[in-house]
Amino acid sequence: MDFEFIVEHIPLYVEAAELTLKVAFIGIGLSILVGFLCSLIKYTRIPILSQIVSAYIELSRNTPLLIQLFFLYFGLPKLGIAISSLGCAIIGLTFQGGSYMEEAFRAGLESVPKIQTESGTSLGLTGFQVFRYVVLPQAISTCVPAFCANIIFLIKETSVFSAVALADLMFVAKDLIGIYYKTDEALLMLVAAYLIILLPISVLCSILERRVRYAGFGN
Amino acid sequence: MQDLGISVLFQGNNFLRLCAGLWVTLRIALISMGLSIPLGLLFGMLMNMHQKIIKGLCRIYLEFVRIMPQLVLLFLVYFGAAKTFGINMSGEMAAVIVFTFWGTAEIGDLIRSALISIPKHQYESGYGLGLTKMQVYFYVIIPQIVRRLIPLAINLLTRMIKTTSLVVLIGVVEVVKVGKQIIDASRYTTPTAALWVYGVIFIMYFVICYFFSFMAGKLEKNLKY
Repeated sequence: MDFEFIVEHIPLYVEAAELTLKVAFIGIGLSILVGFLCSLIKYTRIPILSQIVSAYIELSRNTPLLIQLFFLYFGLPKLGIAISSLGCAIIGLTFQGGSYMEEAFRAGLESVPKIQTESGTSLGLTGFQVFRYVVLPQAISTCVPAFCANIIFLIKETSVFSAVALADLMFVAKDLIGIYYKTDEALLMLVAAYLIILLPISVLCSILERRVRYAGFGN
Repeated sequence: MQDLGISVLFQGNNFLRLCAGLWVTLRIALISMGLSIPLGLLFGMLMNMHQKIIKGLCRIYLEFVRIMPQLVLLFLVYFGAAKTFGINMSGEMAAVIVFTFWGTAEIGDLIRSALISIPKHQYESGYGLGLTKMQVYFYVIIPQIVRRLIPLAINLLTRMIKTTSLVVLIGVVEVVKVGKQIIDASRYTTPTAALWVYGVIFIMYFVICYFFSFMAGKLEKNLKY
């Protein structure tokens, strides 16, 4: 184990980790947005639109991110649509993440008993008020665990982006292995980088899950 | 059809080659799944034991698998093992090891929660009938768990099939690699081949995974009791 080599290349990893986190952050933010909108469409059963959303969810959940990226990065330029690797990464992550977030949100929305809506309405609240003050808070508290799992899943998925030439952690590790043949060191740093990024998030998520459990009934 | 790059798929045996590539992917997923189920069953039972050390070790294993991206695990096994221990395994072998490692943890966790969800009186009634601990597990508990787990296991299988697309990055010749070969071979004759080949691979994965998740959903409805 060559520790000098490790110390020397830490900045490279930090830079890559920043990029990874940036992409993950934007991608997750957008997928929450997409997921929320889609779950609303599915929940309110808007005709046509909800069928489109269902089709999107099936398509996105049943295809690997890597293939989606390849299609975006290598396939689409043949139609004259060239997207940078960063753009591909964000679009891919949003496309994949949106459907996972939608499932999480919808499960939360559907878990709120109908009585709740009815009681709200009978108290004289409007449809929007019922949704905003009665359904939404309960739905969000139930979907936190699934939501956290999705966030970790999506950050893990970013490792695939090295395949479309985005200089993320995986890409740096592959580069170092290729140039210096320091496989052990590069891989060790790679594992360490992912642990440093994901372990705190995972711990935070389990704390959050424990906190919101009190929001539900019967606990 | 002259201008359409789609014709590249029907030249020679290109389509058959893609299907053969897809079979490599499926084979890896199915073998790993087959290995993960018995190992996961053991792991799940281990996690339910009352010894703190065993529980702690299981927890670490589970968290590690959860946190590490599968691609990193693949690199660790494929390149790490070759460099550190001098073991030169094929990419396919490495993939099976990684997916089994991952699947065991996932299935183990599912089994642990299923074991907890089985009412206590089921165990007690078993003991009351004079069965040994082993017998209670084999004749009373496991049959009930398996029924609950089938849909979840199929879901995991879908995820595995999707994730096997990563093995192209450690040099296994599977559907994506075959696709690349076809694109490279027809670079001058059909420049738009990439669009069609990746499009077809996209649809192939969709069809297979959709089939499995559809089955899982159906079973989930049928097996409810």
